[in-house]
Amino acid sequence: MKPPPFDYHRPATLGEALDVLAEAGPGGKVLAGGQSLIPLLNMRLAAPARVVDVNRVPGLDGIEAGPSGVRVGALARHAAVERSPGAAAAQPLLRQALRLVAHPVIRNRGTVVGSLVHADPAAEMPAVLALLGGAVRLASLDGEREVPAAEFFTGPMESAARPGELAVSAFFPALPARSGTAFHEVARRHGDYAVAGVAAAVTLDDDLRISAARVACVSVGPVPVVADVTAVCGPRPAASVAWDAVAAAVRDLVEPEGDIHATADYRRHLTGVLAVRALRDAASAAHGEES
Amino acid sequence: MNETHHRVTLTVNGVVREATVPGRRLLSDCLRHDLGLTGTHVGCEHGVCGACTVLLDGEPVRSCLTFAVTVDGQEITTVEGLAQGGALSPVQRAFTECHALQCGFCTPGFLCTVTAFLRDNPAPSEEEALEAVAGNLCRCTGYQNILKAVHRAAEIQAAEIQAAELQAEEGGA
Repeated sequence: MKPPPFDYHRPATLGEALDVLAEAGPGGKVLAGGQSLIPLLNMRLAAPARVVDVNRVPGLDGIEAGPSGVRVGALARHAAVERSPGAAAAQPLLRQALRLVAHPVIRNRGTVVGSLVHADPAAEMPAVLALLGGAVRLASLDGEREVPAAEFFTGPMESAARPGELAVSAFFPALPARSGTAFHEVARRHGDYAVAGVAAAVTLDDDLRISAARVACVSVGPVPVVADVTAVCGPRPAASVAWDAVAAAVRDLVEPEGDIHATADYRRHLTGVLAVRALRDAASAAHGEES
Repeated sequence: MNETHHRVTLTVNGVVREATVPGRRLLSDCLRHDLGLTGTHVGCEHGVCGACTVLLDGEPVRSCLTFAVTVDGQEITTVEGLAQGGALSPVQRAFTECHALQCGFCTPGFLCTVTAFLRDNPAPSEEEALEAVAGNLCRCTGYQNILKAVHRAAEIQAAEIQAAELQAEEGGA
């Protein structure tokens, strides 16, 4: 179908964008890549009074990678972040996860920050931000605030961004030395939303024993489900971890719902299997091995 | 509702075109209805099928998930712009040779996607070619021939580049 009518604004500066968003209030919607918003409009599942197209706002497409992590601007496309060698070096999980986001053509247009604000519990980028303990920077006429991932995702397709606020960037922290990451998911068709998926981060100590292990699970709750499994995994080398116990622990932590794509039990089972795969790959990566 | 219209200027297949459209006009509809370029096909209109894929400043995008106003001033290449001077492009020729189209509805999207893909990756592996076209649906399910055509197009392209280089050498000698 076609989108419902709306007032279209294309601000040329950040200040102008914030003015329009403040005036629009709850009827305002930000358009960046549009790969989630425009399907919703085409299917008439959303009907904002005003669409604020931020594509011409300068300074929002940055990808700043440094030793502490990667800051991704609101207009940085998935494809640009995926290809960025700096981003991949500072936080490898970004590229690992982005390769699972829809298809390359969608990634040419869609934005990382847009995915976060869209807050789909089946999407990869919210899980990445939640796993790493990152944050989203929101700007409004009142100034800027930084919302940590744990507070940012408030429900399915709901984030802490208030009317009048624009998510200007997101920060994905780097991990300590001897850390590794991985993302595994199962989808009905390549590029579809995952039936279940798990992002994992593992850190090893001086004796190469697991000293920290965390997972973030998608499609098994209203928001990404983050679990610390250090107690079940460590402190021992990956080769001697009781992986069955880890799978059981993760299965117990999630409360998936069944739908036409998968039963709750199947999702729970998959999450356990994928968690072990992701954690083992993350541990290998932390060792510096090819996963 | 009396909708506000916006004047947009697009360079489509190298030609500067203008249209006056409401904010909600999809690029796919702007190309087809406002500019009369019906080569771009509209399948699902929510980004799943890939039939509407066009090149925006050289990069493949879903024209059904893009507003015409958003890309004001930018360059678009549609399936109508792939042939050079009346001669089919290597990708188009490969699709013909390999019988990679049946009803033809999905073909414009595949052609645009594959054209950009082979420009960036002129000698793809099986897996890379599969990944490249995985976002386009063919309801005739002619995928095997489409994959063959991707590799055949890569061959044709490589042969053409080699021929052009030889010619340049001979011309210079």
